[in-house]
Parts: sequence; C-alpha cells; structure tokens
Amino acid sequence: MNLPKIPLGKGVEWLEDWLTTYFGPFFDLIHAVIGGMVSGIDAALTFLPAIVLTILIAALAYWIGKWRMALFAVIGLLLIDNLGLWDPSMQSLALVLTASLLAVIIGVPLGVLCAQSKTFQNIATPILDFMQTMPAFVYLLPAVSFFSLGVVPGVIASIIFAIPPTIRLTNLGIRQVSPELVEAADAFGSTAGQKLFKLQLPIALPTIMAGINQTIMLSLSMVVISSMIGAQGVGAYVYRAVSQAKTGAGFEAGIAIVIIAILLDRLTQKLFKPKQQG
Amino acid sequence: MAIIEVKQLTKVFGHDAVRALPLLEQGWSKEKIAREAKLTVGVNKAEFSIEEGEIFVIMGLSGSGKSTLVRLLNRLIEPTGGQVLFKGKDVVQMNPEQLREFRRKNIGMVFQKFALFPHRSVLANAEYGLEVQGVEKSKRTRLAMEALELVGLKGWEHHRPDQLSGGMQQRVGLARGLANDPDILLMDEAFSALDPLIRKDMQQELLELQARVKKTIVFITHDLDEALRIGDRIALMKDGVIVQIGSPEEILIQPANKYVERFVEDVDLSKVLTAAHVMRQPEMIRPERGPRVALQLMRDSGVSSLYVADNEMKLQGVITAENAAQALKENRSILEVMQREIPRVRPDTLLNDLFEMMSETHLPVAVVDEGDKLKGIVIKGAVLSALAGNAVPEGGLGS
Repeated sequence: MNLPKIPLGKGVEWLEDWLTTYFGPFFDLIHAVIGGMVSGIDAALTFLPAIVLTILIAALAYWIGKWRMALFAVIGLLLIDNLGLWDPSMQSLALVLTASLLAVIIGVPLGVLCAQSKTFQNIATPILDFMQTMPAFVYLLPAVSFFSLGVVPGVIASIIFAIPPTIRLTNLGIRQVSPELVEAADAFGSTAGQKLFKLQLPIALPTIMAGINQTIMLSLSMVVISSMIGAQGVGAYVYRAVSQAKTGAGFEAGIAIVIIAILLDRLTQKLFKPKQQG
Repeated sequence: MAIIEVKQLTKVFGHDAVRALPLLEQGWSKEKIAREAKLTVGVNKAEFSIEEGEIFVIMGLSGSGKSTLVRLLNRLIEPTGGQVLFKGKDVVQMNPEQLREFRRKNIGMVFQKFALFPHRSVLANAEYGLEVQGVEKSKRTRLAMEALELVGLKGWEHHRPDQLSGGMQQRVGLARGLANDPDILLMDEAFSALDPLIRKDMQQELLELQARVKKTIVFITHDLDEALRIGDRIALMKDGVIVQIGSPEEILIQPANKYVERFVEDVDLSKVLTAAHVMRQPEMIRPERGPRVALQLMRDSGVSSLYVADNEMKLQGVITAENAAQALKENRSILEVMQREIPRVRPDTLLNDLFEMMSETHLPVAVVDEGDKLKGIVIKGAVLSALAGNAVPEGGLGS
C-alpha cells in the first residue's frame, strides 16, 4: 500500500505563518511584558552585591527552615560567586522566576476551572499530556518565530513545559476536598466564590504548593535548553562547555544550577508548612 | 402552625428520573422500578408536617432513604417531585438566590462526621454561617461565642477541630448550626459517630439545649433508642416510604404494621416509658378540709388514701382511711395526722427506675414537678399494664 503522507508538518508550518502574520502585534506585546519582567527581576537580583544577597537569602532560609538550610545557602551561593558565575546565575534565576510566576498566575485559575467543570477537565487533560510529553525542542522553534531569539521564547517554552503540574495539582487538590465539607459549606448558603476561597483553596493549598514546586523545578530544567535559542545565563555556560567539550567548565556551571535548584526546592517546599502546624 | 410541610416529596436517582413519577403513581414498587426502569427510588412520596419547636425524628435502617429525605428539605439533593413548604413558601421553587438566603437564615445543619473545616479554629468554624452572610466581624464573633458557650465549649475557641475529642467536635458542629439562629436545625445522624456513653450525654444535652433555645429540630437516626429518647414525634422509614408517623408511645404501643412491630419488639419499654406516661389523676383534698370530708371522698371514689395538696397544687402529704378515722376520733386536723414522708418522682423518671421504689412502699408513688406540684400518681397495676404493651392506662398520657 502506498498512501500519500498526511501533510501534518506542512499544516503546522502554515499555522505558524498565519499566527505570525496576524498576531504579530499581540506577540510583540507579550514580548515586551515578559522581556520587561525578566530584566526587572535580573536588575533587582544584581542590584545588591553578591554577599548582601547571599546573607538575605540565608536569612530567608533560616526563617523558613532551619540553620542547616541557611548554612547551605551561604556556602552554595558563595561558591557560585567564587566560580565567577554570579551574574549568569542571576540571569537564569530571573528567567526561572519569571516563567514560574507566570505559570502560577495562569495555572492556578486553570486548575480551578478544571476542578469546577468536568468538561473543561476532559479538554485540558490531553492538552496537558501533550505539553509534557512533546520534546521541548519542538516548541522552541515556533516560540523563536513568534518572539525571535533571546530570553523571551525561553520563558515561553519554560512556561509550556512547566505549567502542567500546577494545573494538575490545583485540580487534584480541590477535587480532594472531602465532599462532606463541600456539602457543609453549601448547607450554610455559601456562594461558589465563598466556597472556593474559604474552603477549597485553603484546604488544597499544600497540594497546590507541591504543584508549584514541581513547576519551578521543571522551568529550572529548561535553562540549558533555552540557552540554545539565545537566552543568556548559566545555562548558556553549560551549553558552550558541552559544545566545546570542556568538562571542567561544564561541571562548574552545572554545580551552580544544582545549588539554585536545591535552594528553590527546599524554600518553596517549606514555605507553607509552618502555617499548617501553627 | 406547621413550620415545614412536606407534600408528595419524591427523589429518584438515575438518568431522566422524572419518568419514574408516573410509575410511582401507578403503584410500582421500588424493586420493579429498579429492575425495569433502571432507576433508584430514594424517597417515595413522603408526606408529613413538622410543628414549630418540636424534635421530629426520621428513623430507618441504612438505605431507607432518611439521609436523602433530610437533604431534600434544604435541597442539598434536588427533589424529583413534590413540595417542601417552609412557612407556606415552597423551597423546591426557590431560585438559587432565594435558596441561599433560606439556607443562610432559616435552616442549619449538623453532620454525621462533623464536617468541620480543618483549617479553621473552633471559633472560625462556628462563625462560618454568619461569615458567608456578610455579618461584620465583631458581631459574628459575639454570636459565635454565645453559641459555643451554649454547647459548653467556652475556652476552646482558639483550638483546631482536630485537637478536640469526637464529642467536643460535634459540639462545634452544633454551635456552627446554631450560631446564625436558624428556625430549623437538621441533624443528620449527628451522634452516630460517637461512643455510646458520650452519645447518651449528647442526647441529654440536646434535650436540655432544646428546652432553652426552642428550635425546630429534624433529627435523623438509625437507632430506635435514640429516636425514642429524644423524639417528640417519629417518622419511621423503609425503602423510601414513611411507614408510620407518631409519638414514641404510639409507635411502641400501636405499631402500624408488621414491619414497625418487628422493629420495636426488642425495645425494653421500661427504659422508654416514663412516669408521665403511666401516671393517673390523683384523688386530692385541700389541707383545710376536715377528716370527715376526707373519709366521705374516699368512700365516693373508692380509694383508701387521698393526696393532700394546697391551692397551688403543692404536695403536702398523703392521708389514708386509718389516718382519717384516727383524726376524727381524736378531733385533730388532716395536717396533723397525714403522712409527710411519701415517695416522689419527677415526670421524666423512667419506669426502670421506679421498680425499686415501688417495691418498698405500699403507697402509690407521687409524680411532682420541680416546684413540688402534684402532677399525678403511679400505681403498680398501671406500670405492669404499660410494660405488657397493652394499652395506655386510664387517665394516662396527660401530663
């Protein structure tokens, strides 16, 4: 049998062209907003000398967790500075924070919608599967054609790759609220909004936080891939080291990413636990 | 006037449930509808009214539809057919706005597994109903504190629900239900999750609470003892149908059919019936009358003793025929010869607690209220006939 090939790739490229032609100004706006956010956060992070920021983060770590985490923050961040990777690390952190923040702003409401509507959930689930399993490189390309090279397509690709856990776990957290509690809230005449804000979101909070934590970790994992389309930062150092076969430099930059990852993970994991116990 | 009137209230679960209504009208059984229409009948044409201030118990085994029925009253479950009239207004026809208002102001609920909000303090739980109404903070705190005090939880308001025992958690549930001062309180198996001893205490406290706040309470239970102890009236359910509605005595003494009879046959009547159920009108005399009048009264009514009570019905003592004859001979007054030491009980004393007292005295036991006012007397024969389940004794059931 010799069936003609279905022109799936052609169709996607046509769609890409069409979107670039007709939604150009819209993409420009998004470009400006995201670019502004990244450089704003980057400027804020590098405004203070490395040592001052290190102390501030260590203090935050001490307030949230224990002295051990504060100690890790001090040693880790000083090491990054010592390796001469401070500025690129802050650039990458700015990218991760921007992508995570936007993912949470978009993801939590979408998760709430999924929890409220079975239809919406049925539509969203396969899309989320698609976003998580499609190799990230594949949607780097349209991101570049919409937003040109640089940090912005990196943020967009990170959001697409990292947003599913926030949506999924927000949905799950709200659906896990015991039906008896929901019934009680109904019995006292709560509106849907009151039910959401007074009951479902507070009870789902630990689950939602687990999702946000995952989102942050996933967007961090995108920094090296983003560097392939011109996003600056410590990811670019890794990419360069790989392409030039410099094991030492690659390891140094990799360690910087690991330190940032551990700090982000522990800080966001513990952020909402003290309140639970109190 | 009835505060709630339920007419032909029906709930059928399943796809396109309304098609079961004509089938029920034709008298199809629950089984037949399940088999041939693939629909589950939850409540089948329930019809009753609830009077203001009474404790109305809906009793049945699991699967009898009682939990569904109570949820139809505040539309946590949407009825398939029929009416629920609250003070004449049909709850089933209310739009979402009116329904919310009805739930906020008129009808509270207490749940089997407490359903307390785990992330809120005891006080914030009690405040919830007021909070969603938009009552301002200081007022709702005051009202919630009053409700917590009413259920005996003062001093616990800043604890979390999971730091409390089961009994205390359900008090929080009760306070939450009472805080917005609803006309009706629905209690869905409210005490079923508690230990037997705690459960009995809670039943007693509910009765005391009810005497103070005078709410209309709809109480769901699968436990006959509980129903008999707290219900002013009981509706017995089986397979979604209300089989009998009546006072506890009526259910026990005149079961409507074999099902009810089987249900109640194991009940120890002596732990259900009280002195008020079996007491009869005493023959009385005022203390200022003479012994001659006393003897005449005894002869007229064929008794051998008279109860001496003043014009406020306060019990003074008892005078027997011998006492009267002696007084007549020695020319003394009734007050001088009567016996002041007589056995007395309160109207709510269980027959079970009367046995010992009755075996120690040859006199009937006097039933008096808190003010020592004579309400009636209990004679041995009346107790025995009540326990035999025969009939309501002559002059009984009035109180």
